Amino acid sequence: MKPRTIIEKIWDKHLIHQEEGKPDLLYIDLHLIHEVTSPQAFEGLRIHGRKVRRPDLTFATVDHNIPTTPSRVSTDPISIKQMSTLEKNCQENGIELMDIGHPNQGIVHIIGPELGLTQPGKTIVCGDSHTSTHGAFGAMAFGIGTSEVEHVLATQTLWQKKPKTMQIKVNGKLGRGVRAKDLILAIIGKFGFSVGTGYIVEYTGEAIRSLSMEERMTVCNMSIEAGARAGLISPDETTVSYLKGRKYVYNERFDELASEWLSLATDEGATYDKTIEIDAASIEPQVTWGTNPSMCLPISATLPHPDAQYDVEEKESIEKALMYMGLEPGMPIADIKVDYVFIGSCTNARLSDLQEAASIVKGKKVKEGVRALIVPGSQLVRLQAEELGLDKIFIEAGFEWRQSGCSMCLAMNDDVVPAGKRCASTSNRNFEGRQGNGSRTHLVSPAMAAAAAINGHFVDIRELETVHH
Amino acid sequence: MEPFKKHRGLVCPLDRRNVDTDQIIPKQFLKRIERQGFGECLFYHWRFDDEGHKKQDFVLNKEKYEGASILIAGENFGCGSSREHAPWALGDYGFKVIIAPSFADIFYNNCQKNGLLLIKLDEENVKLLMQKAQQESFYLDVDLVNQVVVSDTLSIPFDIDAYQKKMLLEGLDEIAVTLKLEDEIRAYEQTR
Ligand code: SF4
Repeated sequence: MKPRTIIEKIWDKHLIHQEEGKPDLLYIDLHLIHEVTSPQAFEGLRIHGRKVRRPDLTFATVDHNIPTTPSRVSTDPISIKQMSTLEKNCQENGIELMDIGHPNQGIVHIIGPELGLTQPGKTIVCGDSHTSTHGAFGAMAFGIGTSEVEHVLATQTLWQKKPKTMQIKVNGKLGRGVRAKDLILAIIGKFGFSVGTGYIVEYTGEAIRSLSMEERMTVCNMSIEAGARAGLISPDETTVSYLKGRKYVYNERFDELASEWLSLATDEGATYDKTIEIDAASIEPQVTWGTNPSMCLPISATLPHPDAQYDVEEKESIEKALMYMGLEPGMPIADIKVDYVFIGSCTNARLSDLQEAASIVKGKKVKEGVRALIVPGSQLVRLQAEELGLDKIFIEAGFEWRQSGCSMCLAMNDDVVPAGKRCASTSNRNFEGRQGNGSRTHLVSPAMAAAAAINGHFVDIRELETVHH
Repeated sequence: MEPFKKHRGLVCPLDRRNVDTDQIIPKQFLKRIERQGFGECLFYHWRFDDEGHKKQDFVLNKEKYEGASILIAGENFGCGSSREHAPWALGDYGFKVIIAPSFADIFYNNCQKNGLLLIKLDEENVKLLMQKAQQESFYLDVDLVNQVVVSDTLSIPFDIDAYQKKMLLEGLDEIAVTLKLEDEIRAYEQTR
């Protein structure tokens, strides 16, 4: 048989119906839903008298607009209605809901993996673009809109045009203090944020292989910021050992499953429609300075001058971004002062992210005038962090220790960055107004965010003695 | 879904690249559980100031673009989140057609499912149409059957995937189409 990529293997295995001039009809193994993009889909089912085909393959949580304050009581009547609508829809259709108060509640892309719902070879969809996160396990996972949510609820299938495949190969090893977040930001910075449009990306290479599962999730999470709907990594021993013993894994048959998973990895000699390469050793800790994720530079750099070397449109977009961000051309990144620090989101709110931040924060204090939040990605992460005493380290340093949810990543609840204020954030989008109308976002790794909280401005964490690899 | 065949409309030029879904519809409007009524939230922070007054310098607020139903924009339109509220807002506002050099994948799909026609044209043609719409009150005839946009002085053909064209032309309910394949879906489920 012709060597195949993991993408082709998963595609072939899920193909139900193929017809000339049409997309393929694919079976969906796992459908994750949340409060924001599902109400209109259930409403659509109701209008047409349709039922949820496979409630057993559908799992729900609340994450986007729930409060992360200790009491978890929302004061916003529209949010409350949206959450109770999800509850009602799940009840009526027999769907498991990990609601507020449930020990497994959390950001949809954090709980899928940690519960073992996410597994190699699965097709996974969710009405959320960062569904690409699950690709870290060698699953084909992508975000869908509400009409498609309705389609999956009704049929457990999706029509998909076979996308082109792209390999992003990361050669060599990452340097000391350089994290998965820096890696994916550097890729987007170098190749632009529509490099992946129309492709499914497979990340390969030595640097990818040596990442932990949690770091791989950070990389795949931001595939969408590189324009790709899905990004994945072939499963290996790291994947297998992460999944062992997890709640929804069929552990009695684990060895059999594991060898099935490993056989999904891209075959030697398989080809991609496109390959790009980057050298891991060349990557420094990154900071975004503008209003899209490709506007990103190493910590040692200075901000661009719009008049130098660029074409007219490029120049305009740099000017516009600097203006929105309230920054001067030529300014060193390390001189940028922050007002807020947000450590959270489906990109960087897993246990290892909090450990990475805690190692920088330990025994220090948040700079006066800076408001800093830690929002664990799930109740499980929160619990594990508390068992390790990380909460104390953060609280003693002056951080707010919050309940789990999306929080300041998109500011749909009360966790908002005020207009004109500047936030070092471990999330994935720095669009205008993303963290609140008029807010200014700099995307960084958890370690870089923690260091910014302590110092009040960005610093090169490689210069801190606490940083190991 | 309403079938889409032909449309004539006023063109509104939005000369920006990388217009993201947070801009198209800010998150505070995503809490609603209905599909309708998002038009007033479209481009909210570009259209309105903090007191809710219209910003006069934003193109959609200019009198000459009132009633526009064709939007023309820069590359990578609709990047960002998967929120279908973005096409709902564009459609509810009155847009039927969006023209740009490129669109984000999920956004493209979402528009398709809501009967909005997205047309990819090369940079040069987009620039040309953009300039015309900036200078004068500019109308375009969009003909999906023949895959061409036409004005008094120009005629530009466009490409569209045959299946997507068919879905738009017929205004098909995709779920109903899929449910006809029930036997195949069941057979597939039994093999697992
Ligand atoms: S944490 Fe942010 S990016 Fe992730 S699902 Fe929530 S809102 Fe989306």
